[in-house]
Amino acid sequence: MAMKVGSQTFTFPSRPVLTGWATVSGPKEGQGPAGAYFDKIFPDLTMQQKSFEKAEQLMMITAVEIALEKGGVAKDAVDVFVAGDLLNQIIISGYSALKVGAPYLGIYGACSSFCEGLFLGGLLVDGGGAQYVVAATSSHNCTAERQFRYPTEYGAQLPPWAQHTVTGAAAVVVAARGSGPVLELATVGKVMDLGIKDPYNMGAAMAPAAADTIFTHLADTGRQPGDYDLIVTGDLGRVGRELLVELALRQGHDLSANYRDCGEIIYSREQTENAGASGCACSALVTLGLLFNQNYRRILVVATGALHSPTSCQQGDSIPAIAHAVSIEFPKGGQ
Amino acid sequence: MGSYLTAFLVGGLICLIGQLLFDLTSWTPAHVLVLLVVAGGILGGLGLYEPLIKFAGAGATIPISSFGNALVKGAMAEAARSGPIGILTGIFELTSAGITASIIFGFFFALLFDPKG
Repeated sequence: MAMKVGSQTFTFPSRPVLTGWATVSGPKEGQGPAGAYFDKIFPDLTMQQKSFEKAEQLMMITAVEIALEKGGVAKDAVDVFVAGDLLNQIIISGYSALKVGAPYLGIYGACSSFCEGLFLGGLLVDGGGAQYVVAATSSHNCTAERQFRYPTEYGAQLPPWAQHTVTGAAAVVVAARGSGPVLELATVGKVMDLGIKDPYNMGAAMAPAAADTIFTHLADTGRQPGDYDLIVTGDLGRVGRELLVELALRQGHDLSANYRDCGEIIYSREQTENAGASGCACSALVTLGLLFNQNYRRILVVATGALHSPTSCQQGDSIPAIAHAVSIEFPKGGQ
Repeated sequence: MGSYLTAFLVGGLICLIGQLLFDLTSWTPAHVLVLLVVAGGILGGLGLYEPLIKFAGAGATIPISSFGNALVKGAMAEAARSGPIGILTGIFELTSAGITASIIFGFFFALLFDPKG
């Protein structure tokens, strides 16, 4: 049964195991530094589908199927399918759940959905009687940009602090038994809003939430940043990462040694436009693709999400943000 | 009469204003677009845009501010002919070719092509 530690952190004493996972990406991500580790790379953004939404759905379904196959789990053995994406009414997750056919919980944490899904998967397996929970998330550059900013075909000029929404999907099997990386504990974030109103400036909007979750996590667990081989945030990009390091220094935490941001990792230097990458798939692809294949013992993944809508931005509201942290241990070292 | 040089300078200046608005404010492309249209309309209403077109030619007619000028010019001309109702009936008189063309071409291109991202 999960137990609460400190103010916002939950431990999973039964140590739920990530027995299978899959990463699926678009062409640009596939050419990036993590691309060699992805399970499937689609060569174009439409993926032979009639719409970008259908392409994103195909990515999520493909990720789920590969993750189940790698975990050796049959579709009808899935107790709960937890999924979230960026689109209105989380349609990608809903349509994918129809095809998965398992009991479904839709979540919306914007780009924090990856860690929110892992946390809920851990809870359900640790204390909810579930044997297998599949957590999935996705984003697509053309669907997200169209919904939150402008259709990419419009060719709107981007400011230097803008980020490029990652095209990709990922799924993880959280199991009660098996071998693989272990979900150790998770810190559920609080919504933070320091008044950023620019829908291009996600990094600055989300950095305070990421900082709050990391500091709370360290306080709750009594750990130091050095207790992790790596701390990664989901998609703060260059601007947000710099702000977070500064916020951490003011709080007396030195993150310079082992902190990085997935939004700065997923694309190579030559591929990076403006401030880096964003999107639900950003933290998921980097974590499951790249980080799971390194020789780490324990990492802290802090997926960050901006909880605004196009309407709230047009009405001049500022952008609330959230970050959830998940600590993952690798009993056998790297994979 | 406009020359290549004046067209380049005036057209470039209008674009520079647009670029500075992007870079120095948090305005969206829609904000900047509307502002330039309204500015062109106001200048046109004050009788200042036509001299600018005479001076710079395409440098003043190609930027979107020219659209604002054309809206006001059409409304004023029709108002002079048929009274206050002309403000409403005349506003798209000069710009109807451009607006209609964009709707018709938009319609056919949407029929023919899929978005590619």
